[in-house]
Amino acid sequence: MARCCSDYTRTALIRRGVAEAGRGLPAIEPGMPVPAGSGLSRRDFVARSLGLALAVYGGGSLLPDAFEEGIEAAAAADPQGRVLVSVFLDGGADSLSMLFPAEDPVYRALRPRLALPGDQGTPFAEDARLRWHPSLGGLATLHAEGKLSVAPGIGYTTPNQSHFTSRHYYEVGATSVRARTGWLGRYLDRVGRPDNPLQGLSLDNRLQPALATARLPTAAIDGPDRYDFWTRGVWGEVADRMLAAMRDLGSLPHGGDAGLAVAADAALQSHRLYGQLLPFKPKEGSTGIPSPVPYPVSEDAFPRRLAGLAAMLAAGLPVRVVALRAPGMYDTHDSQPGELAESLQLTADSLLAFQRDLEARGLADRVLVHVWSEFGRRAKENGSDGTDHGAAGIGLLLGSRVAGRLIGEFPGLQKLDEQGNLRATSDFRGLYCALLEQWLGADAEAIVPGARSFRQPQLLRA
Amino acid sequence: MAIPRYNGRFGKAQAERLLWRAGFGPRQGEAERLAKLGLDGAVRSLTRPGPEKLVGPAPKDDKGRPLAPIDAYGHDHLWWLDRMVRTSRPLAERMTLVWHDWFATSNAGVGSQRLMLQQNGLLRRHALGSFKELLLEITVDPAMLLWLSGTENSRRSPNENYARELMELFTLGEGNGYTERDVREQARALTGWRYTWRRGAGATDFRFDRERHDPGQKVVFGRRGTFDWRDACNLCLQHPRHPRFVVEKLWSAFVPVPPDDATRAELERLYRADHRVRPVLEAVLAHPALYTGPRMVKPPVVYLAGLLRGLGRGIDTASWVWLGGMAGQRLFYPPDVAGWDDTRWLDTATFRGRWALANYALGPYSLSDRKGPTVPNDPEAIVKGALKVLGEPTIRPATRALLLRFARSSLAGAKTGWKAKAYPPLVANAVRQLLATSPDYQTS
Repeated sequence: MARCCSDYTRTALIRRGVAEAGRGLPAIEPGMPVPAGSGLSRRDFVARSLGLALAVYGGGSLLPDAFEEGIEAAAAADPQGRVLVSVFLDGGADSLSMLFPAEDPVYRALRPRLALPGDQGTPFAEDARLRWHPSLGGLATLHAEGKLSVAPGIGYTTPNQSHFTSRHYYEVGATSVRARTGWLGRYLDRVGRPDNPLQGLSLDNRLQPALATARLPTAAIDGPDRYDFWTRGVWGEVADRMLAAMRDLGSLPHGGDAGLAVAADAALQSHRLYGQLLPFKPKEGSTGIPSPVPYPVSEDAFPRRLAGLAAMLAAGLPVRVVALRAPGMYDTHDSQPGELAESLQLTADSLLAFQRDLEARGLADRVLVHVWSEFGRRAKENGSDGTDHGAAGIGLLLGSRVAGRLIGEFPGLQKLDEQGNLRATSDFRGLYCALLEQWLGADAEAIVPGARSFRQPQLLRA
Repeated sequence: MAIPRYNGRFGKAQAERLLWRAGFGPRQGEAERLAKLGLDGAVRSLTRPGPEKLVGPAPKDDKGRPLAPIDAYGHDHLWWLDRMVRTSRPLAERMTLVWHDWFATSNAGVGSQRLMLQQNGLLRRHALGSFKELLLEITVDPAMLLWLSGTENSRRSPNENYARELMELFTLGEGNGYTERDVREQARALTGWRYTWRRGAGATDFRFDRERHDPGQKVVFGRRGTFDWRDACNLCLQHPRHPRFVVEKLWSAFVPVPPDDATRAELERLYRADHRVRPVLEAVLAHPALYTGPRMVKPPVVYLAGLLRGLGRGIDTASWVWLGGMAGQRLFYPPDVAGWDDTRWLDTATFRGRWALANYALGPYSLSDRKGPTVPNDPEAIVKGALKVLGEPTIRPATRALLLRFARSSLAGAKTGWKAKAYPPLVANAVRQLLATSPDYQTS
């Protein structure tokens, strides 16, 4: 297990607290931004008609019943609505390993220990200098099918090398430490509904800051397939009877005792939810939720979250924008080769499975996946089989509708910036504007500050 | 007039409720022993305990190693859970938890298990003592200074975070007898605290720095003076609305329905004398409302600590950390500065969390037809055995009857053949799990 830098650890620690706490954060660095979503209150409810246990952020004083009706109404209003899925490579992914300049002598000179062998991985068809990391076969496949666009040098001017700050910029869609709402959150605030928390879905136990809204509700869900009552040493018909008895205990008269009533209700509602979620339950011998295609088997939640998302979309849930973390830790200051290969493999294989799943379910034209990281890594390796924080990094767009063309060119290693980092050849805000206008049909100017100053790439196939 | 005192029967069931409300439930036989002391003796044994004796096996992680509460992830939670399980001063430990919930500080914002445990020691020191001393110390406690921006509050850029919560959550109640201007003025009074960040060690050397303090005139609650942080606390303690806030909040930690006006007024009188909480606690714990009123849902850590006490099991796994999160209570990580919502412990997610807690707690005692004692194919004996394993909790007759019905119907088709041997242990495990997650056991 590679060590990550202390800034990364503190970032992770503090960010865990923010979405729920929001108040009283210690400054960990001068000028540290307060993460988007701070101060939003959280409450949990069960969308009964749909069988989902949700944590809802924001949303004023609406009662759960209103949300349930809102979700139904939103689903009916736009059953074919487009969906954007944001996948975060946490820690600063090494773009120079994901697509590596195999024949470049400068690459071998800068990375005497980490350079990948020139005969490994698949050649990258759009730029003869580059090859895919051997663990990214899944992405190479999608690229060959024209379903993947790559931004090989995405970033912004005056790059910030703090995990906290740079990630914040990407989340809020602006190079501002003061912004408190996520770029996708602002999109929802403009076009969303006050009663549909599923419109902004964090596939996580907590709010993803990119989805932080100012006024409309969003939701967090770990996955629809994790609701069981496993009990050691109980199985078969006895287990079934036991769950029925759990319900019966909840149905005993409580004689008006308020405490007993609460405990009894919890047992009853849990039993009902268990029944409603049975369709999402993994089949005997499988680890994922029922899917038309196989997903990678992993301890990590990523593949099952994607499988769950596909199942939720297939069930007609009115999901609009989704955010989740990719598996692994990309802050590879040491032991990079093994750690990175493992993270990339699971990420790419899961994304390929998700695309195949959407295709099999006839949903592929409705969904676009955006993969990002807070920065790339230093071109020159460090002394501990790793790389330090860099500037420009990689961005990916996946889906049946994408143009499948480069967004900005590979910046090359000949003209690094003064700190030895890759220079940006596209701006993440230009990509955001393009996603908002070309995919989601929104007015980017109202959402991304200075929208018109960024060049928008052509994202979709004609 | 005197505060009403419970004068009904004080038997095992009443002692059991007292131990759950004012502690972490009984160990085997403890409720019977407490009942023998009578109500007053029982209450005094809790409010005036002897020196701490930790009873039971020392805590360890899954590999049998001692805990590292300052350094290892989650061991802070395990360390405190162990105190709850092994303590001989259950009320002092329970009050430490009450204060943690009251002055709710989360390590999500502090980022130091060392400072959180230091604060925990402070809360324990004052568990049954003076609210005044507690308030003065927690106001300048390092974890609290980090959590509510106390060290970012300086004369040049005042930060109102602590000043607001001091009144809203800690001493007066939201909007109860103070204005926005009081918040700003109190923030000025509280200025002056700072720390030094040292690489490797983190925030250290928390201190008052005169240069950062605003020495000017302030007006708080209509009183004028060059107040500092001590004055800020004392002004709240002297506020006429403060005693009512404290006794109502304290009461609500033990009794789920509010006190009647006469009781409340008397509790206020007891408290107002010198801000000591012990006399208030003694009155609350002997009050009829505690014994005759409705049941209360046990907080998740209380539920688990009590399960382990009843089973006689020590801390031997770190699973309690993530399971605690699932059940809705990770120690040192309250959801926000308002603490846990004690009216909403149970929903479909946390119910499942408690199911998992019970499942893991009972795990080592799990029965099978391949090892361990033979389980008789006898529903009555199976229900009795489950009650015994859990330390003979008192349950309603209807609950017992239902468990018996479940055991009987599950064994009905298992009189002969392989099921005759295989099913009794399955049913016994299921009865234990159902008992531990029953509405009866989730509440006290």
